This record gives sequence, C-alpha cells and structure tokens, in this order.
Amino acid sequence: MRHDLSLQQMSEDDDRSPPVDLRCTSSSSINKTRNCSGSISASGSSSSASSSSVSIPIPVSIPVTEYQSPYPDQVLENVLETVLCFLTSRHDRNAASLVCKSWCRAEALTRSELFIGNCYAVSPARAMGRFSRVRSVVLKGKPRFADFNLMPLNWGAHFGPWVSSMTRFYPWLEKVCLKRMSVTDDDLALLAESFLGFKELMLVCCDGFGTSGLAFIASNCRQLRVLDLIESEVSDDEEDWISCFPEGESRLESLIFDCVECAINFEALEKLVTRSPSLKKLRLNRYVSIGQLYRLMIRAPQLTHLGTGSFSPSEVVAQGESEPDYASAFAACKSLVCLSGFREITPDYLPAIYPVCANLTSLNFSYANITAEHLKPIISNCHKLQIFWVLDSICDEGLQAVAATCKELRELRVFPVEAREDIEGPVSEVGLQAISLGCRKLQSILYFCQRMTNAAVIAMSENCPDLKVFRLCIMGRHRPDHLTGEPMDEGFGAIVRNCKKLTRLAISGLLTDRAFSYIGMYGKLVRTLSVAFAGDSDDGLKYVLQGCPRLQKLEIRDSPFGDAALHSGLHHYYNMRFLWMSSCRLTRQGCNQIARALPNMVVELIRFDSHEKQEEIDEVETLYMYRSLEGPRDDAQKNVTILKAEG
Amino acid sequence: MEVGLKMAKMEVEVGVGVGEKEKLGFEATELRLGLPGNGEGEGGRKRGFSETVDLKLNLSSKDGSSESDPNYQKLNNLHKEKNLLPCATDPAKPPAKAQVVGWPPVRSFRKNMLAVQKSSRQEESEMGMSGNNNSTSAAFVKVSMDGAPYLRKVDLKMYNTYQDLYDALGKMFSSFTIGNCGSQGMKDFMNESKLMDLLYGSDYVPTYEDKDGDWMLVGDVPWRMFVQSCKRLRIMKSTEAIGLAPRAMEKCKNRS
Repeated sequence: MRHDLSLQQMSEDDDRSPPVDLRCTSSSSINKTRNCSGSISASGSSSSASSSSVSIPIPVSIPVTEYQSPYPDQVLENVLETVLCFLTSRHDRNAASLVCKSWCRAEALTRSELFIGNCYAVSPARAMGRFSRVRSVVLKGKPRFADFNLMPLNWGAHFGPWVSSMTRFYPWLEKVCLKRMSVTDDDLALLAESFLGFKELMLVCCDGFGTSGLAFIASNCRQLRVLDLIESEVSDDEEDWISCFPEGESRLESLIFDCVECAINFEALEKLVTRSPSLKKLRLNRYVSIGQLYRLMIRAPQLTHLGTGSFSPSEVVAQGESEPDYASAFAACKSLVCLSGFREITPDYLPAIYPVCANLTSLNFSYANITAEHLKPIISNCHKLQIFWVLDSICDEGLQAVAATCKELRELRVFPVEAREDIEGPVSEVGLQAISLGCRKLQSILYFCQRMTNAAVIAMSENCPDLKVFRLCIMGRHRPDHLTGEPMDEGFGAIVRNCKKLTRLAISGLLTDRAFSYIGMYGKLVRTLSVAFAGDSDDGLKYVLQGCPRLQKLEIRDSPFGDAALHSGLHHYYNMRFLWMSSCRLTRQGCNQIARALPNMVVELIRFDSHEKQEEIDEVETLYMYRSLEGPRDDAQKNVTILKAEG
Repeated sequence: MEVGLKMAKMEVEVGVGVGEKEKLGFEATELRLGLPGNGEGEGGRKRGFSETVDLKLNLSSKDGSSESDPNYQKLNNLHKEKNLLPCATDPAKPPAKAQVVGWPPVRSFRKNMLAVQKSSRQEESEMGMSGNNNSTSAAFVKVSMDGAPYLRKVDLKMYNTYQDLYDALGKMFSSFTIGNCGSQGMKDFMNESKLMDLLYGSDYVPTYEDKDGDWMLVGDVPWRMFVQSCKRLRIMKSTEAIGLAPRAMEKCKNRS
C-alpha cells in the first residue's frame, strides 16, 4: 500500500527495481533504448549504425474489392495494445518494450504516464516523439544534494523546454508532477493556458515561481482537481491566488500549500472550501490560525488528509474570550487518516486532536517542537499509525512511547530541532533500540542523532527484517560508537546483512573501508546510497561499485575516494541514474578518462566560484555525472564544465 | 519570473576550495577533526586529506538569529565567511567545529521553518498578548523584497534613524544594493533630479505603505513620523519605484 507521505515525496523507494543489465559492455543497454526510439525518429542518435538497420514495417496497400484477413502482425498488435493497457508499472512496460519492435511500438502507443527520472537524460522531443499518447508526466531534475546547498543556484533542470514541447505533443495532458525542477511563472502560465483538460499539478521541492504562477493555474485550469505544493519555494508576488479559483462548484480534491510562505486571503479560502464538495486533502500554511482552521474544518468534514496550519491562535485572541470547540471539529472528521501541520504549535491545543488519533495512519509532527509529555497522551491512542514524522524534541522517552503503542509503524522520521554538530542531542541509541523492539514491521527509517552505538543498529537489523530504507544521520562527523569508541562499521554491516529487502541506505559516523566492504558484499538490492565523511581509501568506493549490481543513485561527499576508485565503476555507470561526488579526491584527468571511456555519460564538473576555471585547475570540487541520450546540455552555466567525450 | 535571489551574483567574497585555504591565512585557525572531546588525533586511523572545513558556510546558527538570517541561507552561504561557533558554556570544552555547508543534511526549508517559529515566538512575547502597537511596545512591520521567497518582520522601534534601518535591511537582504540611502541621500529627496539619480543608481529602493494605504518612498518624513505611519515595507525594484517619485514629491510638498 502506498503511504501518503512517501507518495508525496515522489520517492522511488517503493518501486520494484528495473531489470538488471548484467552485461559488462557499457553500450548494450543504451543501444536497446535507442533502437526503439531510433525507429521512430531519425534524429540525434549517436549510434547511427544500429538505428539505420532498424526499419518500420510499412503495410502494403490492399485493393478494396478483395477481402483479405488482417495480417498476423496487425492482430498481434491489436491484442498487444489491449493487453498492454493493463500494464501500469513502468518497469514492466520497459521490459515489454524490449521484446521486439512491434511490442516496442505497441507499448509506446499505450503508455499513458511518462516518467523521466533525470530531465537531462533524454530530450523532450525524443521522449514525446516516442510516447505519443501520454496524459501524465513525471519529471525529476536536480540530484538530492541540491537540497543541501551543494549545488550552485541556477544550475539547471528547467521546466521551460519540457512544457513547451508538451504543448505541441500532448494537447490532452492531464497531470504533471515535478521534483527538484526550476519552474517559472511563465512556465505555469503556459501550462495553464495550453491544456484544457489539465487536472493535477504536483510540485515537490521546486523553485523559481511565485504566487503569480499559482494565480495562473487557479484561474485557468477549469478541470483542476489537484494542486499540491510540497516543500517548494514559492515567492510572494502578493498575488491573491486563492481568489483566482473560478466561482461555482469546484472539482478540487486536493489542495496542499503548507510550504507557501505568505499570507493568503482567508475569506476566499473559506468560500473555496465550502464550494469544493470533493475536497479530501487540505494542507494549510502557517498563516492560517487555529480559529480559521476550525472554520474550514466544519465546512469540510469529509477530509481524509489535513494539514492544520499554524495550530495556534492569531494574535488577536484576548484572554477570556470564548474559543470554539476544536475537538468537536476534529470529531466530525470521521474519515481523517492523515494529519500534519502544527507549524507554530501552541501545545495547549493538542488535546483537540484526540478524537481522530485512533484512526490515524499518518501523523506528521515534524514542525512541532513538543516534548515527550505533550506527545504521550496523543501517541498512546494512535494504534493504527503507520507513518510518523517527528522532531527530536520528544527525546528518547517520546520514542519509547511510540514504540509502546505503534505496532503497525512502517515509516519513522526523526528530524533535529537543532541541526548542529556540537550539542548534546535529545535522541540517541536508546530511542532507536526502543523503536526496533516495539515496531517490528518497520520498513523505512530516517533518524538524526548526535550519538549512536553499533549495538542499537545491530538490534534494529535483527528486529526489523522488513527494512527497505535505513538512513541514519549521526550529525557529528566521524563520530564513533560512543560507548565502545569503535567505528560504526559493524552496525551498518549488520543492516546490509540482515535486512534482505534493503534498497536505500544512508551511512554516517566514523566509518572505515570495512563498512563499504560489507555494503558491497551484502547490499545486493541497494539502489540508493548516501555517503558523507566516510571511508579510508579508494577501496571503499571500489567495494561498492563492484559489489552492488542494483546501484542507481550514488551520492558521496567529503570522502577520500579518488580517480582509481572512480575508474572501477566503468562497467556499471550506464546502469545508474547518476553519480555525485563532491569534495572527494578526484582530478580533472581522472574525470576526463571517464568521459572518454563512456561517451554517453554527461560528466559535469561543478565549481561554486565562477571565477575559477576548471580547465586550469586539477582538483575537482564536484562531479555530477549521468547517462544521457542527448550529449552535453546547452543550458549549463559558467561554473559547470562538461567534459568532452573526445580527447 | 526568476526569483531575484537566484540571480544574485556568484562572486564569492572568499573563494575557498579544498586546498586553497592558504590564501586566506587560515592555517592558524584550521580545525583538524578528531574524536569529540579528545582534541587531536585518534590513534591508529589515518585521516589523510585535510578536512574540508568549508568556509562557504552555513548560516544556521540559532543564537543571534537576527543577524544570521536563516531565511537567506541559501544565498548567503555561498558568499560569506563563517566564523567559528563560539563555545557558549564551558571554556574547558574544545572549541566547536566550524559548520560545513549542507551538513547536517537537513533541507534549508525545514531549518528555516524552525528558525522562523523561534523568532515569531520571540516577537509575540515581546509584543504581548494584546497585539496592539502602542507607543511603548514594539512596532513590527512586514518587509518584503521583490524576488525574495520569504517575508521578514522588523521592529521599527529598534531603530533610531533611517540609517539604522537601512543597515539592518542591508544585512537582511545583503546581496542586493539598496542604494545610497544614507541621510545625505534622503536630504536630496526634495531635489527631483537627485531623486532620480537615487532611483536609477541602485537596483532596489525601500518603499512603505502608510496609514492612508499609499505606497511611499522611505525617507520622505521625519523618522518618528515614519515609525507611526508605516504599516509595511517593501523593497521594490527601482524600475518599479520610478512611478512613485511624483507622488512622493506631492505628498512631501503637501506636508512641508
């Protein structure tokens, strides 16, 4: 079952892994894709030999007086198209498209959702030329480390070229989901004006637009059902976008704007909610007070997902003034299963949510600076909880309370109130251990802490065999097991060894090459690996590149891996979405060798200081490389050097 | 619309990369990482490459939040030097590690939220529960800047002169030139041609909405009167502010 928060993050952690290309030669997997696209459009393919050998069977014309039974090919294609309509998973579809040309064609005609994991891996024209009947586009841009200011501003991932092409190829487009893309107001205006049937817009971790862009969407997309803005940066153009939704009954089912950092017109919002009978998901921003929340809730008791906004009174509430019965508003929302918000919480009001606790499957307290005492009465009722995000202000004691009650917990994220290295820290191995003992069905964990022990990590590996995602962030760099003084190698080793379903791993603390040898030895299903301040030598990275056949996303920072280590992954890079290495020990020459050996990799060297020229400097600050059918992109800024494949 | 923040100049005042620390004379203050509490070294394990104490900096310190302005961390951290965190409590403890860009890996969005909560809680406690702006309590006004993703609030009562205010705004929105808004510049206000120079000479000018709902250029009235009448501030692109000048002149003439 897809849980809501992960779905919103557009995480691929739940995906099935794609078929593994076990061949050692680098060009084979690219050729396969190119055959299919080469057969439809003759442009741009660098492997001209293979595309020219592909031909499309052209039906011979039949005199109309004679009846002729349909060609076997046609029957097959009709059957295929009918059957293929039932294939929804893109991994299954990719596999089907590799069978033969006619399957490839049929699959292309029946694919309705286009997923592009790296917007630079393929051009809009090529992708849309192949898949002509798409109604829904999912696009991902920048790599994850861009979230942590490791990428220069304006690096790329512009939505512009994509939306332009979509207006040409997909007039019936209904849905767009973007993650880490740069989107401008003009892009949104074009989107709003071009697609009459447009229904769903999701922008996750995007930036570059403002409330004016939202105003375009609200006023022009008459069929809009979903407008989800998740952790995006939205600038305040002082446009009253909420008022821009047209009058009359609205089809809105989901309106998520908790990340929008500006005030909204509450009266307009209230009217909008009142005229949206299908509204199921509503996440308010922190400019909505609890009094205003009440007014909205009583108009929308059918909500299943609620983001409460600030969850504190506005400034004008005086002492002694009577306040509404917030608890009754919550009690009226009998379908509520997912609760978030609490952006500026006044803990006194927390008891209002008691009536919904027993039904909650997802609770997000990650903006609520509350203590264990605040949490306990709430969490003790949340028996059905599957997803829980919280701040470490609840301390180990709070986590113990979670472990005691939430036996169905699948996903836990513990964020730090203070993201620093030099403080005590309120959560530790004690909390982790408690969770591992109490929440046996845990599948995904993200845990920020200041201190940890191998024993607790090992315990989790043994108690929670269903773990797919294990992300531990010991915030102090190079911190060892604080009880034994040992590196954290054994803990992470146990995770990869015991958690047989593990697909995503983030490591931290003091780690030697041994930890990497464990990952290479046991982490056979690992697709995403995040490494920071870890390892001793090139061997560390070699173990991983040689040992993990499913590896697709590798992000490394500040670790002592050099050119030799980089070289050891040549056999595998074409199977990956990307490789990121910043502040490691790479040199320009080493990266050049890669670029020459792998002509279909785009090898970007990024420097923050645009005055420095990478051509004149040996050391590489940041390497970001990814496979692409298009060669070097033409929108790179000055501080990005894209290495040439020749010489 | 390109967010103005993103178009800021990429010139780094202090260009630091791995191995370039020498230029800045940081050897003396360079940190070597070891086990916490043990100072240097850690017996047996080689830490070959010099740790990247990357001074391109992370501004998420929680104390003195009015200076550090976490809302603009994304921009500022590429430009400024970061000093070592002062050790707040026990002098016997080893000095705190300098903060590193992007570490711990918490999205700035999340960091900013918590910092904003902290500062608005501070503001609320200063303002008191009544929330009225009387003469003794604070006078908070929102400050927006064209192209910036977040609004800020300033307490006008904290400043005594326009110059103080400009300095504070300058720190908040440090990558943009607010222009020659010194007291001399404002005296030139009545002189129309010099006013035009002011507007054309800078990228942004501060404007405010007064009690009448009009948008005025900051600096046209005595400071005290300004504090009383200012409802909100907006740092406008000077190209847009050009249109305000005639009205500003009118109002000034009517007042004087």
